[in-house]
Amino acid sequence: MEPGVLVELSHAGRRENGQWLVRDVSLSIERGEIVTLIGPNGSGKSTTVKLALGIHRATSGSVLRARGLKVGYVPQSLAIDPSLPMTVWRLIRTSGEKNEDAIKEALAAAGIAHLGHADVHSLSGGEFQRALIARAIARAPDLLVLDEPVQGVDFSGEIALYELIASLRDRIGCAILLVSHDLHVVMAKTDRVLCLNGHVCCEGEPQSVSVSPEYRALFGPRGAETLAIYEHHHDHDHGLDGGVERLVHRPDGVGAHAHD
Amino acid sequence: MIDPLFLQAILGGCGIALVAAPLGSVMVWRRLAYFGDTLSHSALLGIALSLVTGLFLTAAVFLTAVVVALTLNGLRRMEQVSSDALLGLLSHASLAIGLVVIALIPSARVDLFAFLFGDILSIDQTDLWIIGVGGAAVFAILAVIWRSLLLATLDRALAEAEGVRPGLVEAIYTVLLALVIATAIKLVGALLITALLIIPAVTARSLARTPERMVFLAMLFGIAAVIIGLSASYLIDIPSGPSIVVAAFIGFSVVFFYQLLLRRD
Repeated sequence: MEPGVLVELSHAGRRENGQWLVRDVSLSIERGEIVTLIGPNGSGKSTTVKLALGIHRATSGSVLRARGLKVGYVPQSLAIDPSLPMTVWRLIRTSGEKNEDAIKEALAAAGIAHLGHADVHSLSGGEFQRALIARAIARAPDLLVLDEPVQGVDFSGEIALYELIASLRDRIGCAILLVSHDLHVVMAKTDRVLCLNGHVCCEGEPQSVSVSPEYRALFGPRGAETLAIYEHHHDHDHGLDGGVERLVHRPDGVGAHAHD
Repeated sequence: MIDPLFLQAILGGCGIALVAAPLGSVMVWRRLAYFGDTLSHSALLGIALSLVTGLFLTAAVFLTAVVVALTLNGLRRMEQVSSDALLGLLSHASLAIGLVVIALIPSARVDLFAFLFGDILSIDQTDLWIIGVGGAAVFAILAVIWRSLLLATLDRALAEAEGVRPGLVEAIYTVLLALVIATAIKLVGALLITALLIIPAVTARSLARTPERMVFLAMLFGIAAVIIGLSASYLIDIPSGPSIVVAAFIGFSVVFFYQLLLRRD
């Protein structure tokens, strides 16, 4: 593995019960890079993430991780059983981080400095995702992995969350691997998009993927039309619940592709 | 003058309530009540094993519970039978086999009632030693695996991503559970052990904001239930198991209605 590479999958695949969940994925994530995986349901996005994290073993190909790699993980649809009492602070401490200042810093970075002592069961969808993000970054990770982090979050909260995620790279200096179920939204700050459909069907910069024939074949012309790449104009403020206070925000649709 | 036998039972009971609190809380969080029931019912099979082979009772019950737990984990991979049906199968099969074997031993003068519902007078000094040493071991092991166990309870994938092996900590938890069941059987009986694990934890839930606080409160409720229940058992001559469980249930009801009143204001 070359220096600076955190995770490298080469031709990695995973087979369960005689079926390939995903195959022949080659992907490397470098320090400070933001990589987004998109694809329809069942296209192998989560499996790819689990291969990269070492939760699943590759049936074929290989997966290499940098020595001593620290990963902060926000799993998909984590639900805390209501019978388990838990405050945000205690949740962050399950990461193993005990230093109070580090926890406070993580809370502040996730934009929920005021929620440290809140009960996790009383949080909104957006607040809960932020708590999980705070937990993940409290470990001071080299690589932050977020599996569909905006699930169950309303639209305005979604925009705020994407902005938060994009800001983490500069703040913490970590690489980010992001899985998005929403095909229409790709963060503008993404360096690379991989479009999965059981295999890598196309990859590249967000703008180029949206006009590639493979992407259009997979999601149809409508999907291509609506692929929005969020350019972040910082000309408005966000409320703590993620609401945009002065709404000037507009997803910049990609106009470069051909219409039918 | 307090009867030393009574004092012994109180001491042993409090020890069991202390270790039951963290294990019972985890049982509640992970929805393992039925699993706990299955292990407790297998205790009767352990008693039968002890009667047939002459093996030390606590050891026989412990071994049986571990074997049943491992069998369960193995059978879970069969996909045609759902997990709760499997629990029902093993739970009642082990209970029934235990009852049949005990009934078939002609020479054994067994007080079956005591094994099913507990007997305050059966706790002797050996049991106190087992509870003391075993309890300390359970706490030491729990202290080591607590963060991993909590993480695996939150989310298995999250635990794995952070280097925890959920299967391993779950197996350790199961062995600890088997140990507590083996030591608690004389006090509360095979049919009611799960109640001693679960009721204090459930009572503590609404009063706690963190997992550790819930465990701590469950210890207090458990000890209170043991002291009140055993005193009633001693004074009015009722079996100790139901007596402790009724005391625990009264504690739960008091907290429940207190919370209801608070919420109404």
